[in-house]
Amino acid sequence: MKLKIGLILVMVMTATVFIGPQFTDFDPETIHWDDMAQAPDGVYWFGTDVMGRDLYIRTLLGGQVSLLVGLLATSVSVIIGVLYGMIAGFYGGGVDAVMMRLVDVFYALPFLFLVILLLVFFGQNMWLLFTAIGCYLWLDMARIVRGQTLAVKAQPFVEAAKAMGQNNHIILWRHILPNLINIVLVYATLVIPQVIMIESFLSFLGLGIQEPMTSWGALVSEGADNIEMAVWALCFPALFLAVTLVGFNLLGDGLRDYWDPSNKHQ
Amino acid sequence: MTAMLVKRLLWGIPVLWLILTLTFFLLRAAPGGPFDQERELTPEIEQLIAQKYQLDLPVLAQYKNYLAAILQGDLGPSFQYADHSVNELIALGLPVSLTIGFWALLVALIAGTVLGAMAAFYAHRWPDLMAMIVAVIGISTPNFVIAPLLILWLSVHWQWLPVGGWGNGQWFHLILPVITLSLPYMASIARLVRSELLEVMDQPYIRTARAKGLSPLKIMSQQALRPALLPVVSYLGPAAVGLMTGSVVIEQIFAIPGMGRYFVQGALNRDYTLVLGVVLVIGVMMLLFNLIVDMLYRLLDPRVVDS
Repeated sequence: MKLKIGLILVMVMTATVFIGPQFTDFDPETIHWDDMAQAPDGVYWFGTDVMGRDLYIRTLLGGQVSLLVGLLATSVSVIIGVLYGMIAGFYGGGVDAVMMRLVDVFYALPFLFLVILLLVFFGQNMWLLFTAIGCYLWLDMARIVRGQTLAVKAQPFVEAAKAMGQNNHIILWRHILPNLINIVLVYATLVIPQVIMIESFLSFLGLGIQEPMTSWGALVSEGADNIEMAVWALCFPALFLAVTLVGFNLLGDGLRDYWDPSNKHQ
Repeated sequence: MTAMLVKRLLWGIPVLWLILTLTFFLLRAAPGGPFDQERELTPEIEQLIAQKYQLDLPVLAQYKNYLAAILQGDLGPSFQYADHSVNELIALGLPVSLTIGFWALLVALIAGTVLGAMAAFYAHRWPDLMAMIVAVIGISTPNFVIAPLLILWLSVHWQWLPVGGWGNGQWFHLILPVITLSLPYMASIARLVRSELLEVMDQPYIRTARAKGLSPLKIMSQQALRPALLPVVSYLGPAAVGLMTGSVVIEQIFAIPGMGRYFVQGALNRDYTLVLGVVLVIGVMMLLFNLIVDMLYRLLDPRVVDS
């Protein structure tokens, strides 16, 4: 049930955001001087913002950016987390102890504050944004992957592979990694909404996506600033953002219940 | 217990050192300095300022001096707020942030538990469905979306509550920020309580209680709730950390003079010492809070032994 609703919401939102711009001739940056802060009507479907820009196209393009940031930063966190967790779990012993202690230390850092610092100081570069968010979110993934690697490692087929004289590389890639895919997929789905949330949080503080590009977080921030003149400038991006996040959360929860019934909550 | 306490406190020292070092060098590596202005200063004045704040020293020497001062409890002078030390600024901002954080955590805990217990009591019927829909929306909606909407309705439209500001901490200034801040955590706690309660309700001792003829409400409140609340206690650690980050946004939206605002303003103005001070205080609070939560957990569940 959750899985289905989540999947439908995510698919509908993704489709809207990527196909929707086909249906309008408006440009996201053109300023319509005569139609500033115009309420939604037949011409401007979502209204215009206080600078007279069409909000329909801006919301959809902002959504593309938000989803893309979500996907890219999630990939960063998945790559780091899976490699780290797999190595710690597979080699065990001292390597594992040191690596997991390091994760504990990172957990204790006010990481989001460091991400904010990083962005304040090295300029608001999009690539840095993905990497910073991805680096912030790999810790959970590393822990989960390590636990799963420990479980898979104890299985007879790994022993058999060892007995056949296969080297560690091949065992890791060919025998252990494929058995991690389900759990990685589940948690990656749950990382995506986190990333989108963090990106919008940073954009809200003015540190995320910069003009002329926009994202849902940036749009919500603009909308909140001009709430008395144009409520719709807040409502539409906020609605899109919330529905997408609900969709991803439901999808992740549903997948988790489906593949990992032992773990009902984190 | 004491050994564990001492060990945890000692473990905190390298963590705090790492936080400070990372932040320190991140700040110095950044382009732009605290006294860069539109108007060029004369070289003499620039030099005097640099001298006053020890910015003319090599970075490593600055680092050494800073650590030495920290050990004596001196967080240094603020670069942006002239005539104020970072200690003074934090002494002003910290109580404000703590007040909001404390109430938000309390509201989240109580409302979340009630909502979750209600959902579990009426499991798989419509109150459960409603509660869980509220919870999913609460978790998924960022608080900077909810805050402006609440302001628009409650403050601008109906004028029941102030739009923002602190007003010396009067209770009606607290309502909106506390509600907004607590919402996502309330939702998470509600979900946690619900799933734990449902699990506990399957236990044999609950069946026994039921067989003895206790009413469902009594079973829920007197027998099942306590064990079900244990995971909530361990969730309080991450929740408190999240509240601290969340309050950065809340303080920005409601124009509340807390630490979060100092942090953002300080970071934008390259106020090295202020940012370092705030990060340090937040690091200390995170460590302390996690420690308290772990202790609490041990008290509530004697089965947990020191590992």
